[in-house]
This record gives sequence, structure tokens and C-alpha cells, in this order.
Amino acid sequence: MRHGLVAAVIATALLGAGSAATAQEFPTKPVTIVVPFAAGGPTDTVTRLVAQSMTGTLGQQVIVENVGGAGGTLGAARVAKADPDGYTLLLHHIGQATSATLYRKLSYDPAKDFAPIGIVADVPMTVVARKDFPAADMKALIEQAKAEGDVITYANAGIGSASHLCGMLLMQALDVPLTTVAYKGTAPAMNDLLGGQVDLMCDQTTNTTSQIKGGTIKVYAVTTPERLPSLPDVPTTAESGLPDVQVGVWHGLYAPAGTDAAVVARLEEALQAAVIDPNVTQRLAELGATPATAETATPAALEQLVTSEIARWRPVIEAAGQYAD
Amino acid sequence: MEILGGLGLGLSVVLTPLNLAWCLIGVLLGTLIGVLPGLGPAATIAMLLPATFGLPAVSSLIMLAGIYYGAQYGGSTTAILINLPGETSSVVTALDGYQMARKGRAGAALATAAISSFVAGTVATALVAFLAPPLANIALNFGAAEYFALMVLGLVASVALARGPVLKAVAMVVLGLLLGTIGTDINSGEQRFTFDIPELADGINFVALAMGMFGIAEILTNLDHEASRKPLTRVIGSLLPNREECRRIVGPILRGTGLGSVLGILPGGGAVLGAFAAYAVEKKISKTPQAFGQGAIEGVAAPESANNAGAQTSFIPMLTLGIPSNPVMALMVGALTIQGIQPGPQVMSEQPELFWGVIASMWIGNLMLIVLNLPLIGLWVRLLTIPYRLLYPAILVFCCVGVLSLNNLTSDVYLMILFGLVGYVLVRLDCEPAPLLLGFILGPMMEEYLRRAMILARGDMTTFVTRPISLTLLLLTLAIILVLTLPRVRAKREEAFEEAT
Repeated sequence: MRHGLVAAVIATALLGAGSAATAQEFPTKPVTIVVPFAAGGPTDTVTRLVAQSMTGTLGQQVIVENVGGAGGTLGAARVAKADPDGYTLLLHHIGQATSATLYRKLSYDPAKDFAPIGIVADVPMTVVARKDFPAADMKALIEQAKAEGDVITYANAGIGSASHLCGMLLMQALDVPLTTVAYKGTAPAMNDLLGGQVDLMCDQTTNTTSQIKGGTIKVYAVTTPERLPSLPDVPTTAESGLPDVQVGVWHGLYAPAGTDAAVVARLEEALQAAVIDPNVTQRLAELGATPATAETATPAALEQLVTSEIARWRPVIEAAGQYAD
Repeated sequence: MEILGGLGLGLSVVLTPLNLAWCLIGVLLGTLIGVLPGLGPAATIAMLLPATFGLPAVSSLIMLAGIYYGAQYGGSTTAILINLPGETSSVVTALDGYQMARKGRAGAALATAAISSFVAGTVATALVAFLAPPLANIALNFGAAEYFALMVLGLVASVALARGPVLKAVAMVVLGLLLGTIGTDINSGEQRFTFDIPELADGINFVALAMGMFGIAEILTNLDHEASRKPLTRVIGSLLPNREECRRIVGPILRGTGLGSVLGILPGGGAVLGAFAAYAVEKKISKTPQAFGQGAIEGVAAPESANNAGAQTSFIPMLTLGIPSNPVMALMVGALTIQGIQPGPQVMSEQPELFWGVIASMWIGNLMLIVLNLPLIGLWVRLLTIPYRLLYPAILVFCCVGVLSLNNLTSDVYLMILFGLVGYVLVRLDCEPAPLLLGFILGPMMEEYLRRAMILARGDMTTFVTRPISLTLLLLTLAIILVLTLPRVRAKREEAFEEAT
């Protein structure tokens, strides 16, 4: 009996001490950030830059693990089901919010199964066309689209990709169904745009800026509220009469739901340091991406964004009637 | 002149002790991971990406490129020695290479592979240097209709890969086509034959399928026979091809290099066809087609030169257009992006030392590879004298690690085991897995391009015959079918097949 009591007291003390120690000493081993896409892509690049900076702040190696497949849902599912100890994180883009509608049979809930840590960066998008496409500017493009309709072809990098999302918004704003041509990834889509096989595309600056600057494709607008420093001559969609076509590929960092608040706070601290680290901001700027700020690299901001983006995209995707499963 | 100046600049970049060292590290690593089954260049480069952050852009690209083409050299080693192709291209090398090894000619097969790769690498690098921009334009002119016609040609020619009865070969191609339909339909997003398993949403992983069908199935078959539990071979034989063999491989190497170079430029699937096409051509024009599949040295030389030539020319779209033609190129784009260089049409003019440095490094790298690889052959061949009961558990472990490294998905490992069992059953039924793999690769691409071509042409079937490249390819296909069905030729071919069985 006495033994039992002593044991219970010691156990309670140890438990208490244990959880306090976890939060204070976190991390005591390498942290893994799962990127739900293949290595080498834009999301992977953003993650690697941030991971390198976080390694310095946390004093432990931050490893990037690529778990690609099923539009990013395989990697996200893995983190949703991982131990909520803060050692397995997810860096996902806008797909975290759109997958809630695009996939009707997800094994996890993108809104509830994650503890948001903060917004990482935002990559703007550009509406581009093949070099010899007749329309000279966005206004001419709108007129041509209204006149010709589905004679115009629009390339996307597959269902759920940023180019697919932007295409849905664009067609909704134009109120014209263009002919959608789906590709497996951005590279083959861009290849056909360069070769003049397809007319239009809307994709991340990470994929289009070098082609725009090289004069191999035509650009009509950027999908941000303000013009971009990297493409100062390109008007915004709002300037060109399509204020509803505003879309950016935002990236967020998540831990599994149920992660200790102190651990999340420590990770937030490291993320905050990363988004003002000159090594990160400079490279992100070269990519045309905007790093998050002290206000947006927070759990509250990311949680709010995920909720509002799920609500925003649900009707768009449902109206298009296209699902990924 | 401008090009010679460029090459001079490139050589001056490469011939610094630092860059030479990175090139050597790259090709060494490449050879090593090429030899390890399953562990391919993509996984290795992904793991090494963080290490390149601190390097100058040129040095990191020189090293990563070295890993890529070094892996092409090494990749044939396991295909020849233990029938375990780790990559698409080595599937074809395994057909005759492994048969040569069983007959004690492993050394000659490996040497042929190395020599073919060297010649092809050197010639293809020259093509990259002198013709990169015009060749890149060819790739741009390849639209969906052209790709579809190319796939049709490939599929028809694939019957030449079979060495058993034609009916079984066709059945295997069809089974491959069916396996290829698994996954998400890219146009509608519908899931096909995935049974709500998210791991199947992107289809079956090719490497898991190939390693299961060839490597694991081979191990199961070997364990079945009491006799082959001993070392695979006791005869090592001459390590180098003899004079007669050297004479026989000249033609296949040159033709393989040509085919591989051209197909390698085409992003998305073109490169895959190189090795298959080169093999099919050699078998077609050979005076002794029945020797193919039984250890014909031409059957090693042609696909090996084609895949190495393709590996070099696949840099063209990346370097000149900024378009990655395969996952490895996508990683190099990623490596450059992290360095602050956006691959695109301006790289050639804005970063000449990068463009020419990488090209020059390919020559140096190929030279290093042949010097490295020829002496290693003796060592590799000795592996075959290890008792099989010690060798096969090691192979199994490497296979599992390699497949896991692709996407970090354990489901890929299970798939490999499953296809190992399927492959074993097929071997017992005397069905060849090679046509199945070709159907698996070509089927989904054919469908994708057909539907894209139809969407772009707004449902107009004539798009395939009004576009000149597409028309030419389809006429070529028709010619092959005619030749195959002409009675006299058919009789000869049936005869050839029967002799082979």
C-alpha cells in the first residue's frame, strides 16, 4: 500500500517534470519536415530554405523528407497521423485548404487534424500565354475569350494544382468555359506553351518568371493585389478588370493536432526567425515569393487562413464539379 | 567559332582542381548508387541537395550531373550480373546481358556496356555542345499528336522484344497496358482501379514493378532450383570482349547512340523509348535474330549506348529552355533555383560559364567513368562467385532500401514483393516480363497524348495525319506492320521465334 502510494507520487512528479522538460528542451533530436511533393519543385525549394534557417535556431538538424503522391494528400496524411511530439511537421501549400473539397474521401481532416504553426511564404501567380497568342493585353484577352470561348485552350498541371485552381477562378470570372488541357506537372505544360501547342496558362512566378524575362512566353497579369517588384511592368488582375482572380500559392507549416502548446511556440519562434533571415528572404525574393511577416508567421494567422480558404474554394470547386477522387 | 569559344570557357571552368574533384565525386557516387539496385540518381540527388547549398552553382551542377550519368554506367551492372534492372533503361540491358553472365561472359558484357556508354556519352555530349538550341526546337515541335504517333510506333516495335510465342508477348503487353491504367485519370480526376487506396492514386511505381518482376522473381526462381543455389557461375571467362565481338558491337553502338540521342531530347517519355528502340532495331536487322535473348552482345551494346546518349541529351531541354525532362532534371532545376539561378532560356547567355562548364564536365566525367569502370569489372564479376545463399539476402535488403528511397512509401516495398510473386508465376508460365513493362510505360502515355491531341484538335481525328512529324511516324508504323505480316517474312520470323524458345 505504502509502496503503491510512493510509486504514485513519484510517477506523478516524474510525469509533471517530464512534460515540462519536453517543452523546455525541445528539440532533443532532429526534426523532420514532410514536403508532400517531389524534391526539386517550388514547395520543396521553399521548405529547404526555411529548414536550413530553422536548423540554426533550434540547434537540431531539420530534415526535409519528400513524401509525394495523390496531390499532396499522402504526405499530409502521414503527418496528421504522426505522434504529436513536434518532431514530424508538414509544409504544405494552398492544397491543404483545397484538398478539403477536392478529395471527398480523405483519411484526415485538413482543418482539424493539424496544429498550425504559421504561414511561411506566398508565391504569386501570373496569367501567361504562348508567345504568338493574338491578344496584346488582358483587356484584349477578355474580349477574345468572350468572342471565341472554348476555341482557346488553357493548360494546367493536373487536378488540384495551382494552375488548375487559377484556371477555375479565371473561367469563373470571365464566365467563359475555355478548353482545359491537363498535364502531369508544370514541366510538360510549360513545354507545350513554349512550343505554341496550347494557348493560356496561369502559374506560379517560380515557374514563369524566367520564361517571361526570356521573352519565350507572353504575360498578361499578376494575380496579386499589388504589382510585383520582380515584374514591375506587369499589371495586376484587378487593374485589368478581373478583380476576382486573386490567388497566391501560400505555404504553411503544421504539426499534428494535439502537439504541446509549448512545443508549437518553440517551432513558431524558429519559423519567425526564418522568415526574417536574410538568407531566406533574399532567395525567396529571387523566386518572386513573399516571406511571411511577424504577424502572419503565427498559429492564429495560419488557422484563420486555412479556414477562410477552405470556405472560399469550396463553392469554386463545387461549381466546376471536378474532384480528384 | 562561338561554340569553340564556349567549349574553351567550359574547359577552363572544369579544369580547376576543385571542379575536377566535384566531377570525380559525382561520377564515383553515381557509379556506386547505380550498382546498388533500386537506389537511383533521383533519390541520391534529393539527399545531397542540402550539401550543394554551400557550393558554387557550377560545381554543384557538375557534381549532380556526374551522379546522373555515372548512375547510367553503374545501372547496367546489376542488370547484367543478377538480372536486376534498377531503372527503365536497364530493363533492356538485362535481357541479353544476364544471359551472357550465365554463360560466363559477364566480364565481356560489362566491358561492352562500359565501352558503349563511353562512346555514346562522348558523341552525345558533342551534340549537346554543337546543336543544343536547334535540337531544343525539335522538342518544342513535338506536340501531343506527335508523341502519340511515336508511342504507337514504339508499341508495335515492342513485339520484337519478345522471344517466346507472339501470342504470349501480346498478352504481356496487354497486361502491362492494364496495369498502367491504375491511378488518377488526369483529365477528369476519376480514380481508376485504385480501390480507394490513396497510395495507388498516382499509379504503380515503375521501379517497384520492374524490380519485382525481374529481380525478386529471379531470386524466387533461382531458389526453386536446387542446382542454382550454388554460385551463379564458376566460369569467369575473359573480362574483355574478343576481337570478333568488338567488331560486332561497332554498328549497334553507333545506331544506339543516334536513336538514344534523338529520343533523349524529347521530354516526358521519349528517353524511355531509346533503349527499347535501339534493341528492337538491332534484332530486326540482325542476321541472327534468334540469338537475341540468349546472350547476344549486340543486345547489350545497343541499349546501353542509347540510354547513355539519352542521359546526355536530356540535359538539352533543361539547359536551353529550363524545362526538366525527367525527375532527375527537375532536381537539378531545384538545385539551381536554391542557388538563385532560375533555369530558363536566358541561362545560356547570362550564365555561359554554367552552361559550358556543365557540358565540358560531361566529357571529362565520361573519361573518368571509363577509366574507373574497366578495372572494376574484375571485381564485379567476382561477386558472382559468392555462394547464392549469401548473395540473395543482401540483394533483397538492397532492393527494399532502394524502393523505399523513391518516395518514402512502404507501400512501394509491398508492391515490389507482390510483383515478385507475380513475376515468378509468369516465369513458370514461360511469359516474358519485358513486353509487360513496355506496355506499362507506353500505355498510360499513349492514352494521355491521344486524349490531349484530341482535346487540342477539338475532336478532329485528322490531326494525326495532317501534322508532318506525326504522319511520318504513323507511316513508319504501318510499314513495320506490313513487313511483319508479309507471308515470307512472317514465316522466317516464326522460325526465329521457335528457335529461340
